[in-house]
Amino acid sequence: MQKTTAAPILEVRDVRKHYAAHTALDGVSLAVPEQSIFGLLGPNGAGKTSLIRIITQITGADSGEVLFRGEKLNSSHIGQIGYLPEERGLYKKMKVGEQLLYLAQLRDLSRADAVQRIKKWLDRLELKPWAEKNVEDLSKGMQQKVQFIATVLHEPKLIILDEPFSGFDPINANLIKDEILALRDQGATIIFSTHRMESVEELCDSIALINKSRKVLDGPVTAIKNQFKTNTYEVEGQGRLMLMHPDFEVVEQKERENDHFYARVQLHAGATPNDLLRFLIGQVQVHAFRERIPSINEIFIRRVGETMPGSLVENVNA
Amino acid sequence: MNKIWLIIQREYLTRVRKKSFLVISLLAPLLLAATTIGIAKFSSSSEADVVAVHDESGLNMAARLQDTDEVHFVPAAPGSLAAAQAAFEKAKPKQEALLDIPASFTLDKPQGIQVMGKGNVALKRQLNIRKAVTKAVSELKMARSGIKQETIDDLQAKIELSAINLDEVGGQRNDAGTTTGMAYVLSILVYMFIFIYGVQVMRGVSEEKSNRIMEVMISSVKPFQLMMGKILGIAGVVLTQFALWLVLSWGITTVVAPLLLNSDKPTTTTTTTTAATSTSPATAAQPATTATASPAADPTSPDALAEAPKPGQTFSIWSMLGGLPIGRIIGGFLFFFLGGYLLYSSLFAAIGSAVDDQTDAQQFMFPVTIPLILSYIVSINVIINGDPNGPLAFWLSMIPLTSPIAMVMRLPFGVPVWQLALSGTLLVLGFIGTTWVAARIYRVGILMYGKKVTYKELSKWMFYKG
Repeated sequence: MQKTTAAPILEVRDVRKHYAAHTALDGVSLAVPEQSIFGLLGPNGAGKTSLIRIITQITGADSGEVLFRGEKLNSSHIGQIGYLPEERGLYKKMKVGEQLLYLAQLRDLSRADAVQRIKKWLDRLELKPWAEKNVEDLSKGMQQKVQFIATVLHEPKLIILDEPFSGFDPINANLIKDEILALRDQGATIIFSTHRMESVEELCDSIALINKSRKVLDGPVTAIKNQFKTNTYEVEGQGRLMLMHPDFEVVEQKERENDHFYARVQLHAGATPNDLLRFLIGQVQVHAFRERIPSINEIFIRRVGETMPGSLVENVNA
Repeated sequence: MNKIWLIIQREYLTRVRKKSFLVISLLAPLLLAATTIGIAKFSSSSEADVVAVHDESGLNMAARLQDTDEVHFVPAAPGSLAAAQAAFEKAKPKQEALLDIPASFTLDKPQGIQVMGKGNVALKRQLNIRKAVTKAVSELKMARSGIKQETIDDLQAKIELSAINLDEVGGQRNDAGTTTGMAYVLSILVYMFIFIYGVQVMRGVSEEKSNRIMEVMISSVKPFQLMMGKILGIAGVVLTQFALWLVLSWGITTVVAPLLLNSDKPTTTTTTTTAATSTSPATAAQPATTATASPAADPTSPDALAEAPKPGQTFSIWSMLGGLPIGRIIGGFLFFFLGGYLLYSSLFAAIGSAVDDQTDAQQFMFPVTIPLILSYIVSINVIINGDPNGPLAFWLSMIPLTSPIAMVMRLPFGVPVWQLALSGTLLVLGFIGTTWVAARIYRVGILMYGKKVTYKELSKWMFYKG
């Protein structure tokens, strides 16, 4: 599924953006591979929204450039980009169908095409009976679905979703998640900005982490995880574990009922997991042995925590 | 361009399709017609006040008091004042006032006269009665000095004044009443509509902001397109409303009103009232009074008789407008209204973009509405009650913030072409200027949430980079 080698659909080169009092983006560069789901992560106020607003042409960058399929970003690309902002809403007194038609036409879609696709999408997301209702008569979840349709109706090549799951119940969140994956499989590229790391883990092919106006990390999710591996292994077993060895270090050890235990062991340079396993077999009965891969959440906290007050660093190992 | 057109369409259609738009469009002319017909009926049925005169002076004042259009004197019931009062209170048909001239009243000491009424006696009624009494007393005094009645009549001078506007082809008669009425009507329309629809623009913008649809919108269109689309769409609503009112008022005043009034044999005065007010829903009372005072309403003027519609004949305001530069008035009105609307509504849009909710808007509305209100009040005093071509009137009609109202007010009086051109140019420059300023505030304001905005902040936004 993952095609990280493809040419980037979007390239951001050394983009800077200053506001009166602060710097929102300080030389950010990144490339979004075509037909992938790209996670744009970062703590609040890191500059994600500023970057998204530059990509969606709401504001301009002070310096640097943004390339869309190799072309300098311009207003002709508006129809190829779909944007679901975090702060989103609809005209309350407008009918669902009319509103979708209006928004699609503003995104360069012809009236006839729009009418057809609206039908298809309303059907698909089970909103058909509501097409002639005013938006204010819809529940919040339904309004969110309408917003999602408005974002993808013009079949954009690049879809930017800012916290798309907020406000959805788990069932509808799953529905939207499936739609996002389907859109990717149909050839769209999705930039996905969120705080919910489990959805990043689930969906993203690659990520970029922005902190304090700078990009601190980017690349394919698997590569990043490998990069952040600490050569640590989790062991579960039965017996009395007494690990006193120059090559291994016990990071954490928990005694459990019936002489069972759980331990996290870090290997020092030169040691292999097989060395550890051999050593363990001589001492205890091994029930489970696996490498510990850091979650995106851990990586996020670790990288952001490095530049933040100590309290957050503590959380890494929690 | 295509997108701005889509926005204009949406803004226009959502407003025009509202029930409230339909109701106001239909109801306003109907209400207006009902009011004018009501006023006409009322004023024609109570043309002259009936005043009973109880005269104990022995000077035969009761016979001496001359009836006018407004007052009709009748002798009170004979006997004491108390008897006269009792009779007055039971009188049928109803009498408006009882005038008591006591026995102590003499020509040398003309004092002690009282007017009694049920409730307060209206000031206008008091003035009319005093005028009649004064006239009677001075005639009696002149007679006492040996001047004959014929001489007295001969001494009364009756002056007619006809003003001619030489600018108009063939030196048309300048009908001060229609002109002034027109000036009132046009200027209040401009004032009202700029105000009402300017606030609608503001509300629309802040609604988009609080709805949080703004970010979706401006990722599709430029903020400037969104702002202008809204302003122009609402301008279309205003023009539609104008057109509907004009057509409906015309229909009602020319078709319905005469039918209703015919049974009543409308006098020239009442028909003038109907006609002059029919274009204005808001100023029904004002032009009515001015129009009544106009020469056209004076049946003794030969010119007026020729022009004024005769009772029972089909008539309308449209025939009365003959003496005015209609083409220039309509063109000028549309131009200055639209110019003023664009100028003010872009400022209103900027306010709407800067605040988070309606209540915060108050402090910023103040400096925008003040010039609007002031230009209306000052213009009335300077132009209608003063000199429509004086220096102050000139300057008021040149400054873009005041010219939409001041110039429209001057239009019926006739304005030199060069002044129209200059004022128009300045207005265009003015609204380009305010639109530029507003657009710069707008594009920052619409994305700014949860920030207490100050004037200093607003002025900073103007210099932000895109």
